[in-house]
Amino acid sequence: MPSPEQWTRPDPGAGPAATAAQPSPEQVIAGLRATTEGGAELTQLLTPEGERLADSRFDPYLADVDVEALRGLYRDMVLVRRADRESNAMQRQGQLGIWVPLLGQEAAQVGSGRALRPGDMAFPSYREHGVAYTRGIDFRELLGIFRCTDHSGWDPAEYGFHPYTIVIGNQVLNAAGYAMGQKFDGKVGNADDAENEATIVYFGDGATSQGDVHEGFVWGAVYDAPVVYFCQNNQWAISEPTERQSRLPLYQRARGYGFPGIRVDGNDVLACLAVTRWALDECRHGNGPVLIEAFTYRMDAHTTTDDPTRYRLSDELEAWKLKDPIERVRAHLARAGGAEQDFFDGVDAEADEFAAQLRDFCFTMPDPPPERIFSEVYADTPAALDAQREEYLSYLAGFAGGEH
Amino acid sequence: MAAPAASPVDNRSANTQTMTIGKALNNGLRAAMEADPKVLVMGEDVGKLGGVFRVTDGLQKDFGEHRVLDTPLAESGIVGTAIGLAVRGFRPVCEIQFEGFIFPAFDQISSQLAKLRYRTQGKLKAPVVIRVPFGGGIGAVEHHSESPESLFSHIPGLKVVSCANPVDAYWMMQQAISSDDPVMLFEPKKLYHSSALKAPVDTTATPDPLHSSRVVRHGDAATIAAYGPSLPVALDAATAAQEEGRNLEVIDLRTLSPLDLGPVFESVRRTGRLVVVSEASSEVSLASEVAARVQQECFYSLEAPVQRVTGFDTPYPPAKLEEHFLPDLDRVLHAVDNALEW
Repeated sequence: MPSPEQWTRPDPGAGPAATAAQPSPEQVIAGLRATTEGGAELTQLLTPEGERLADSRFDPYLADVDVEALRGLYRDMVLVRRADRESNAMQRQGQLGIWVPLLGQEAAQVGSGRALRPGDMAFPSYREHGVAYTRGIDFRELLGIFRCTDHSGWDPAEYGFHPYTIVIGNQVLNAAGYAMGQKFDGKVGNADDAENEATIVYFGDGATSQGDVHEGFVWGAVYDAPVVYFCQNNQWAISEPTERQSRLPLYQRARGYGFPGIRVDGNDVLACLAVTRWALDECRHGNGPVLIEAFTYRMDAHTTTDDPTRYRLSDELEAWKLKDPIERVRAHLARAGGAEQDFFDGVDAEADEFAAQLRDFCFTMPDPPPERIFSEVYADTPAALDAQREEYLSYLAGFAGGEH
Repeated sequence: MAAPAASPVDNRSANTQTMTIGKALNNGLRAAMEADPKVLVMGEDVGKLGGVFRVTDGLQKDFGEHRVLDTPLAESGIVGTAIGLAVRGFRPVCEIQFEGFIFPAFDQISSQLAKLRYRTQGKLKAPVVIRVPFGGGIGAVEHHSESPESLFSHIPGLKVVSCANPVDAYWMMQQAISSDDPVMLFEPKKLYHSSALKAPVDTTATPDPLHSSRVVRHGDAATIAAYGPSLPVALDAATAAQEEGRNLEVIDLRTLSPLDLGPVFESVRRTGRLVVVSEASSEVSLASEVAARVQQECFYSLEAPVQRVTGFDTPYPPAKLEEHFLPDLDRVLHAVDNALEW
């Protein structure tokens, strides 16, 4: 792979140095532009064509992944995609205020999410519906955020899944602190691995420009915190390509902080599972943190309010369709005799039922009552806030006769 | 400086020691750390050095590096990781070295710390304390003398308090740490080591509630409300006024969010006049909020408009000019005169 020096310091007489806005072919290959190429250092265990590649480093982390487990990962991804598409449609029908699609990122989320143990903690951004699903959170519990009936429905402690964080990058610091706590609690480096815990935090390529992400890397590093920084590089931060966030391939930033960084094919569920298991294992044994850059692609818009046709070409999308995370598992299962058509049909039927339930639930979600505005602002509610609540509720009660 | 309410040589009990505000804060932290192993202290230079004001002096030596953390030099990181530690079950006490450096953490404070309980409807809590040395009068360079407490008092979900004597310093620290709500403790840096404010602290006493204001001097001519570094100024003004035969009532607001204005209303209904003193600029400030609520609750009792004696609506000036900027005895008495002569 070309080094940064090659493009920032060209040989004498070789012409002007390439810039981020005018990249050289080497920069493109190195992943400095939105591209279908992950570069030579991409860890991939399952090709887009469904061929299983042997990998002496990471295969041990898949020793228990038999055909049944692979069918399970396939099912996970199909259900998550179906629920994502249904939610997107429900936004279009006015049932959700907004939806944040994960289309294309199923392998990164299911693979990394399935690598977690129940005692681990995950800090999501706002697109991690697939990770939420792997943590056991009912997809229906996510809808309140996007129907705007609540800010976060689930119990974070019960599922090991922090609330969605919408401010870009905030959660990386919160996760670093949580992981420091795991270490202070003696949950790292125990001889009995069952005693050990780790934290994973999700963020995107755009977030890597945030100061909080930098500070989160620093804190995790200097406190040897058991935290896996899982960056889903989906190539686009709304309209801005990764080259607007970084000269260097993102995983290489880890070196500057003093911990390992690795780029994994984010559309390869086996690679995401194996690499994340390895990274969590490192963290649990006191060798954290680890940065994983899952090289993937946002197949749909940033949110339902976005229009990607204004900033990217459809041939890029077409190229990534050939690397679909679900199709390669399907091809592998079919080719290796791991599943017959009955299985695939069965999963599709289950996904339809999953979506139908989601739809029924969404359409009947009640609006919260006005008094909800005032609840749980404080553990110990100030008298003035109680008074404001009572005043407003009695004002509302004045309309009880229907004059509202 | 006004004499403290209690005698500085009061040693009635073995549990009573006379100390400065800075030492009382230190002792309060120590008591909280002894009572609860989940209490952590974190910030820049708080460990080996004991903090640039020495408020955390000796704590790392006694409690270890895992309970008193010398952190990397980044304020958002301090508060952001404290939130994660709090979610994990710890009770972090963050020190921001000077109030002028808090703004990188404003995002974490406003977006995460203040809203975590609300966002999860009580499933998560964030019992983080943020200690902020604030205020001027120390002849410092820029960003070391400001009073940003109104900005934080405006944020729902946060609580904000300020101490002005050693007894409050000792107890407010512990009460803030044991609160399940996030609390910002604004500490008057000018008064940390004031020997004039030394006072006996009885560690077995029952403290006032954290979120209560208190009448610290009784009078009937007019009411002065102040907090933190402005409280001694208000008390000095009351002493000077007494020499002219005017008895001023002085109230230490103590809690800035939520405000506890019951004692202020009660006082203004008797005196008919209120002067609010604060080093912060007045526009859209706590002083303005007090004035608004007093006119709402005490409209028919007021004999004069509420007076505000504050810093000017400018950035903090070069310190050679701070005597002009900071409310002093003469400006307070001038405002009292205005109220009385209205």
